[in-house]
Amino acid sequence: METSGHTSEQDYLWTLNFGPQHPATHTTLRIVLKLDGERVVDAIPDIGYLHSGFEKIGEHLDYNQYVAVTDRMNYISPLANNVAWHHAVEKLLGLEITPRCKYIRTIIAELARISDHLLCNGAVGLDTGAFTFFLYAFNQRETLYEAFETLCGARFTTSYTRVGGLLHDATPLFIEQVRRFVREFPRTLDDMERLLNRNRIFVDRTKGVGILTKEEALSRSCTGPILRASGVARDLRKDEPYLAYPDFDFQVCAATTGDCFARYLVRMAEMRESLKIVEQAIENLPAGPINVGNEQRTIIPDKRMVYSTIEGLISHFELKMSNRGFETPHEESYAAIESPNGELGFYVVGDGRDIAYRARCRPPSYIHFAVFPHLIRGHTLSDVVAVLGSLNIIAAELDR
Amino acid sequence: MATPETIDALTHAYPGLATSEFRGETRVVVPRDQLLALFQWLRDARHFDLLVDVTCVDYLQYRNAPDRFGLVYLLAQSETNERITLRCYVGEVDLTVPSAVPLWEGANWLEREVYDMFGIQFEGHPDLRRILMPEEFVPFPLRKDYPLQGRGERHNFPVLTRAES
Repeated sequence: METSGHTSEQDYLWTLNFGPQHPATHTTLRIVLKLDGERVVDAIPDIGYLHSGFEKIGEHLDYNQYVAVTDRMNYISPLANNVAWHHAVEKLLGLEITPRCKYIRTIIAELARISDHLLCNGAVGLDTGAFTFFLYAFNQRETLYEAFETLCGARFTTSYTRVGGLLHDATPLFIEQVRRFVREFPRTLDDMERLLNRNRIFVDRTKGVGILTKEEALSRSCTGPILRASGVARDLRKDEPYLAYPDFDFQVCAATTGDCFARYLVRMAEMRESLKIVEQAIENLPAGPINVGNEQRTIIPDKRMVYSTIEGLISHFELKMSNRGFETPHEESYAAIESPNGELGFYVVGDGRDIAYRARCRPPSYIHFAVFPHLIRGHTLSDVVAVLGSLNIIAAELDR
Repeated sequence: MATPETIDALTHAYPGLATSEFRGETRVVVPRDQLLALFQWLRDARHFDLLVDVTCVDYLQYRNAPDRFGLVYLLAQSETNERITLRCYVGEVDLTVPSAVPLWEGANWLEREVYDMFGIQFEGHPDLRRILMPEEFVPFPLRKDYPLQGRGERHNFPVLTRAES
């Protein structure tokens, strides 16, 4: 670091351990700050507290079991992680999922985006002193959790997708809950925007803080709302359409200033676009099966097929036996989705078995955290929480 | 995937390199000594401005693997949305590859992570230290010969008691 070697200068510098238990470091984040009075001279992030080792576990669990690990990677929006993982596995297998499955996956990925942005923006509000805003955001997240619970029986650890399909079909109750959410959420969103968009304290604390220019954002591999707030309208939903996104009408939200306020605005605007997608998807939900057919040999056939057809019986038997499962190509591929925080991709190496030879996750939070020291240098200590909140770092994603 | 123009320009500029395709992904296997030149060429001549990911695969028990480790660089172009995957194989004798940090700042932490997990040395990296594991940790956890539950580092890790601190 630049400060080493100059004892006379170092005498004036404070070292402050920010986190892991600071209320603004929502998970186990630790940052060692070098301070000159209130001014941050340097920030040294110290990561890897959880030692979750989820890439190593990926080499020991099969493609369906691993979905439970993806829930824990970004526990703010687990449904998006589920979708990302099986999207990558299906690309490796060359599997085309059914239209209904595509639509349901699109709906849950967008609901996960809304719930993630609600938490992120709510936390930025909380950290900069807007407690009411945070309560509004969390109240709406609660509504979403109820819908998720109807859908897959769990609020956080959803594990909803399977190779070639889904755990259950969406029930009419879930569809009703989503419809009600789409109807009622815009009013809360208006209230939230009225609370903060022109709030003097909030604007003063976020505008012009942590500016990331377009060139820097690209060079530092940023993706998602952070890249878009810096003026690059890159969104995988439009640029490399996957699932059912080509069917829907929505906009890519971008800003140009690249500061904390721009990142907040981009997230707020994205929630409205997500609502548009969910509304279109839920009204045009195609009928039909949610899982790929039995001839694909990836999904366990239902009981009726197992008891009454020989193909169903064989397929069930093979899929349940250890060391049998389904066959994967002896190849490697990378597939990514536009998760709430940016590009969430999996590099999957297959070796014929139904366990990945290597499951690499490209987590957006890890890459965004590397930008943090660069953004905070020269700002004051109270800006640390604003910048940290606007980057939306999830500690579980920082681990391998 | 990369456009035909990019592939044409690549095979023209680097005649020795062959591109392959799998599920719509363009992949190039690059020898180690050409890696840095190819990075530079892709960034400046073809404007691949986004380094999406740097990762590594340990091919210890993998059938028909060219070498022990395979480094994977995923590059993207933010305007035309092209993607290209570069792969570079390195073996046990010399685990050194040139660093991509001078070209893309984002490679900094990604390369540190590959170093931490696989023990690949990146030549020219400004700050190649362990990032996720403690500094005194010796093995490389994501190698295939490292067991899932560790080699007892956890039980033998020195614990600082309250009296000693």
